[in-house]
Amino acid sequence: MKTDDLVSLLAADAAPVPRRAASQRLAMALLISLPLSFAWMAFEHGVRRDLLQALFWPMFWVKLIFPACIAAAGFVIVQRLARPGVRVRSAWMGLAVPILALWVLAVVAWFVAPQDERSAMIWGQTWRVCTFNIAVISVPVFVAALATLKTLAPTQPALAGAAAGAMAGGAGAAVYALHCTELAAPFLAIWYVVGIAVPVVAGAAIGHRLLRW
Amino acid sequence: MAKSEAETELHDLFVRGLDGDAQAYRAFLQKLSLHLRAFLGRRLFGWPDEVEDLVQECLLAMHNQRHTYQSDQPLTAWVHAIARYKMIDLLRAKSSREALHDPLDDELAVFADSATEASDARRDLAGLLQTLPDRHRLPIVHVKLEGLSVAEAARLTGMSESAIKVGIHRGLKALALKIKESAS
Repeated sequence: MKTDDLVSLLAADAAPVPRRAASQRLAMALLISLPLSFAWMAFEHGVRRDLLQALFWPMFWVKLIFPACIAAAGFVIVQRLARPGVRVRSAWMGLAVPILALWVLAVVAWFVAPQDERSAMIWGQTWRVCTFNIAVISVPVFVAALATLKTLAPTQPALAGAAAGAMAGGAGAAVYALHCTELAAPFLAIWYVVGIAVPVVAGAAIGHRLLRW
Repeated sequence: MAKSEAETELHDLFVRGLDGDAQAYRAFLQKLSLHLRAFLGRRLFGWPDEVEDLVQECLLAMHNQRHTYQSDQPLTAWVHAIARYKMIDLLRAKSSREALHDPLDDELAVFADSATEASDARRDLAGLLQTLPDRHRLPIVHVKLEGLSVAEAARLTGMSESAIKVGIHRGLKALALKIKESAS
């Protein structure tokens, strides 16, 4: 086929195209998958009984807002990576700043705490399941984000997959925070971050293959 | 940075095309193919045969992915990123290292030249077209190769007009997939 023929063929398909498709489709994916994550958390683990009380504890909000920030930054980065020729630029800070802030908070809390309480701040009651639970709860968002990326055009598939993982991990951790009773900053700084890192690594590995176009 | 004339002109045509203006869109694709041919030709001088194939693959990819363009973004950057992605894909498939000596990073270069001389494409898109299912193939064959309008093609095939449009649209996506498969 001559290139001119291909041009006529493509021009015959010149229907109006939706604007801002990348962010719209990703927002839609979140809207559908986030309730699923929540439902899984509520069904499998249950929302913590003292949630109303917890609303008055600063650390509860840290635990909720930290992963929410990661999810939001992940969203911005994914929708940028999904569009050819768009650079991520300062949006990377949206991932780095919350993590660094949490780590600083954890180090301070660790030094301020009496010696005999320190190990409890790291291991808590639930370190064995925390990472796993966050990774599982993030699955719906993870799948929805990758499926959406498949309809877009990431020119760096592994990176886009990793960013989708950050969005999913952040969302999953925020949902899990409604169940989890741990409140120590060092615990969050380790296990929540590792929990979010699982979908990030998985996203990079899967994205590298799946997201080619 | 002053916008190049080509950027302004192509951007205008493309944005009108995105709104459904088929004439502007066709003009855009025609001019774009000239730029792509020059851009890719200069970088693939080792494989002149591959240039036209890659021009076609880029055009098809840009068409299928045009919803990822936002009009506030320089068109040059978008076009360059896709052309670069497809070219690296090809070079990787050839697992050739020498070709990467020519830097691929200069995005402004993508509209710098245009080349009208189209050599024949080696890959037979028409042949790939034959492998598509009828619901995709027939609308494309009638509307394109036989130059019928959508309404005429609908009458001829007994499909509805919207089925013809959907058939062309999905068929072009399927065609891009076939290219991908035939390359790997």
